[in-house]
Amino acid sequence: MIWFENIVIGAKTELGSYTFTADEIKRFARQFDPQPFHLDEEAAKKSHFGGLAASGWHTASVFMKLQSRKINEIGADVRKSGPSPGYKNLRWLKPVLAGDTLSYATEVTSKRPLATRPQWGIVFLHVRAVNQRGEPVFEFESSVLFARRETQNA
Amino acid sequence: MDKLHYEDFVEGMTHTFGPRSMTRDEIVAYAREFDSQPMHLDEEAAKKSLLGGLAASGWHTCCFMFRMLYDHLISKTVSLGSPGIEETKWLKPVRPDVPLTLHVEILDKRTSKSRPEMGLVRMRAQLRGTDGMPVIDQTSTLLIGVRHPREMAAQ
Repeated sequence: MIWFENIVIGAKTELGSYTFTADEIKRFARQFDPQPFHLDEEAAKKSHFGGLAASGWHTASVFMKLQSRKINEIGADVRKSGPSPGYKNLRWLKPVLAGDTLSYATEVTSKRPLATRPQWGIVFLHVRAVNQRGEPVFEFESSVLFARRETQNA
Repeated sequence: MDKLHYEDFVEGMTHTFGPRSMTRDEIVAYAREFDSQPMHLDEEAAKKSLLGGLAASGWHTCCFMFRMLYDHLISKTVSLGSPGIEETKWLKPVRPDVPLTLHVEILDKRTSKSRPEMGLVRMRAQLRGTDGMPVIDQTSTLLIGVRHPREMAAQ
């Protein structure tokens, strides 16, 4: 169990790596983003992506896959594990092509208690992913609610 | 039919599409693959959470909204992808079988200086429940093909 008070500004967490196969890129695209450059190798070659590219929503969903795995490893209590109110400045910096391996990481940038819900605080994280060449391909500013230990019985 | 180009997008233009809803099976299937937290998987556990009951992963809601946007607008447009999302607010939990209507407003647009064949269109998209209140509010940019790049460059 990690409380709001335990979160340290500047703390970095490596979430692990994920390889995007052509089959998974197409399966995701068929459900959520069936644009030709996410579905069809030939169409993708002719596009400005230059090859079959993962949907940006697939790149984002895989962040959550690795992040939720980390949360489950820590063993978060569902009563004190907060949802997220949203995110800002999400950028798809470079295409994620079939066969690319992305490594995801987070860094705590700031935190503050919530005025409207005294038992909770909000934590801001910078999320980024780099490909196998070390090139940044994806980033955003995340926010997550954490329960505050000191106000639990208030 | 000719697809929509950059020139066809006008500031202040609004579109409404839907409604469409997420099934419980879809919510759980997305969560199993991408967001395996109890509030997206299990009704009893979800009741104890801040969400107060089973609700879709916020990233699932983003993907679901994008699919509606694709079916109703992007599939009819010369889409070249997107550089990113300025902001997404997850305002309310998204429950199974709740009808959601997509509202889109074109905020502004500009052509790319380095790539005259490409235009950037900023838009705001919301999914609203039957009470008219938004559950998600997103501001993003789409890259859209310019029909007549030379004419746009001359302006």
